[in-house]
Amino acid sequence: MKLLRNFSARLPFGSNAGRKVAFKSLGTVIMAVLGLAMLVPFFWMISTSLKIQGDVYKFPVEWFPKLPQFGNYKTVWLDQDPPFFIYYWNSIKIAVICVIGDLITSSLAAYAFARLQFKGRDQLFLLYLVTMMIPFQVLMVPQFMLFRWMGIYNTHWALILPRLFTPLGTFLLRQYFLTVPFELSEAARVDGASEFRTFWQIVLPLAKPALASLAILSFVWRWNDYEGPLIFLTNRQLYTVPLGLTNFIDEAGNQQDTLIMAASVSAFLPILIVFLLGQKYFIEGITAGSVKG
Amino acid sequence: MASAIHPGTAVDAAALNARAARRRAWQRNITGYLFVAPNLIGFLLFTLAPVLFSLVVAFSDWNLFKGIGGMEFVGWRNFTALFHDVWFIDSLKNNLFYTMATIPALMILSLVVAVILNDRVYGRVIIRAMFFIPYIANIVAICAVWLLLYNPAHGVINQFLTGLGIASPPQWLASTQWALPAIMIMTIWGGIGYNSVLYMAGLQSIPRSLYESAEIDGASAFGKLWHITIPMLSPTIFFLLITNIIYSFQVFGPINILTQGGPGRATTVIAYYIYLSGFRYFKMGPASAMAWFLMIVIFGVTLVQWRGQKKWVNY
Repeated sequence: MKLLRNFSARLPFGSNAGRKVAFKSLGTVIMAVLGLAMLVPFFWMISTSLKIQGDVYKFPVEWFPKLPQFGNYKTVWLDQDPPFFIYYWNSIKIAVICVIGDLITSSLAAYAFARLQFKGRDQLFLLYLVTMMIPFQVLMVPQFMLFRWMGIYNTHWALILPRLFTPLGTFLLRQYFLTVPFELSEAARVDGASEFRTFWQIVLPLAKPALASLAILSFVWRWNDYEGPLIFLTNRQLYTVPLGLTNFIDEAGNQQDTLIMAASVSAFLPILIVFLLGQKYFIEGITAGSVKG
Repeated sequence: MASAIHPGTAVDAAALNARAARRRAWQRNITGYLFVAPNLIGFLLFTLAPVLFSLVVAFSDWNLFKGIGGMEFVGWRNFTALFHDVWFIDSLKNNLFYTMATIPALMILSLVVAVILNDRVYGRVIIRAMFFIPYIANIVAICAVWLLLYNPAHGVINQFLTGLGIASPPQWLASTQWALPAIMIMTIWGGIGYNSVLYMAGLQSIPRSLYESAEIDGASAFGKLWHITIPMLSPTIFFLLITNIIYSFQVFGPINILTQGGPGRATTVIAYYIYLSGFRYFKMGPASAMAWFLMIVIFGVTLVQWRGQKKWVNY
C-alpha cells in the first residue's frame, strides 16, 4: 500500500487522480489474473482434448500440445455409438422447443398477472411464487409415474412438456410487464383494440429485452439439464448432451481421457457462444429476479 | 341513456347498469383466465398435481412394478423410518456440513470480487465474464475436468502440491475425509460468478453520494464497506443466502457424477439419497417421504429468513 502510494506520488499527473489510476490499474491486473485462474480448468480441458493419452498427466502441464490431435474430435463426433452429433441434435431440439413454448405460455400468463384485473389473480400469483421453491426431488417420482401412464416416459416429450409452463418465466416477464406504461394499453383500449391485440402489438414488442433474457436463460438451463434426462430417458439414441457425456465417461474409463475432454469441450462450446453473444441479457435475466426480492 | 328521459324507468336503468357492470366484470375475468390458461393448465398437470400425488405416495408402501393397485397406506411409517436409517442420517449430516461450509466462503469471496470489480477495474464486463463462465458451463463437463484434476496419483492438483513439497497430498475424491471438501471447492469455484454478478447489481443501486459524504468525514475503506456497502446490500445478501441454501440442499449432479455418494457414505447427500431410493431401489414411498422432508426444510428456511430479514434488511 505504502509502496504504491510513494510510487503514484512520483507520477507526473497530480497525486490524487494519479493514485486513482494506479489503484485501478493494479485492481485490473489482479482481477484479470484471478479471472484467468478461474478459467484454468477450461484451458486444461481444451489442451487435453488435443493431446495423445500418454501426455495427459505430464507435469509441468504442456499447455500447447506439439502435435494437436484434432482427430480426437472426429472420433467423438462420428466414430462413437451413438455418435456425439445425435446428442447435439436431441439437445438442440429439446431446448429450442422448450424456449419457444415457455416464451408463449409465460408471456400470456405474465400479461394477465401484470396488467389485467380478474378474480383470484393475486392468490393465483402467490401460488406461482410458492411453487417456484418446490425442489425437483419432490416432482421426479410423481412425474415419472405420470409420464409412464401417459406413455411418454423415455421420449423427449417427458423433458419438453413440463418445461413449457414455468412459474419462473411467468414471474420474470410479469416483473417487466409492470414497467411498461399503462397509458399505452389505455390508449389502445380507447381505440377499440382487443386485449390480445394490445398484448401482441403494444406490450410484447416493448418487452423484447425481457423476452431475450428469458429465452437465453431458459436455453442455457435446458441445455445443461442433467437430472431430468437422467431419470426420464433410457434409450441412448434419445440422450441429450450432458447425459451422452456421462455415458461416455462411464464407458471410456480412464484410458480415453483425451476423448472425454474433447466431448466436454463439445458440450461446453455452444453454451459459451450463446452466453458471450447474449451476456447482457443473460445477466439482466438472473439479476431481475433478485432486485425486487 | 334514452331511459333517463322518462323518470318512470330510472329503476330499470339502474338494473341495466348493474347488469352491464356484471357483464364487464365477467368479461374481464374470462379474458384474464384465457390469458393464464395455457400456462395454468400445464402448471396444474405437471407441477401441482404431481406435488399432491407425491404426498399420497409418501404415506404409502408402493413398489413401482406393482402398479397403482399395489399401493398400500402406511401412515407415518415412511417418515419415522427415516430417522432410523443411517444412510438418511448421514446424508443429512453431510448436507448440513456442505451447506454451512460452502455458503459463507462463497458469499464472502463473491462479495470481495464484486466490490473490486464494481469500480476498481478497467474492462469490467470482460473480467466479470471470466468469473461467470464456470456457472454456465455444463455440470457434466465441469465434473469430467475436475475428476482428472483431482486424480490422486497423477492429477495436476496433486502434482502441483507435491511440487510445493507436500509429501502426502490428500487423496481427494478417493478419501472419505477429502471427498466432500473436494466437491465443495468445486462448488465454490463454480458459484462465485453467479453470486458476484448479483452483488454487482446490488452495488450499482447504492447512491454514490453516500460514499462521497463518508469520504468527507474521513471514513476508511473498511469503514465504508462495513457501514455503507454491507447494509445497503442487505436485500441482495438476503436473496443470495436463501437461494444458496436452497441450491445447496438440492446438490445432486456433482455427487452422482464424481463419487456416487462414496467412498462409503462420505458424500451421500439428501438429493442423492432420494434419487438412490426412488430410481435405484424403486422404493417410491421412502423416496417421496424424504422429498417432502427436503421441501419442508426449504420452506422452513425461507420462512425463518423472511421473518428474520425484518430485523436486518434495509430496503
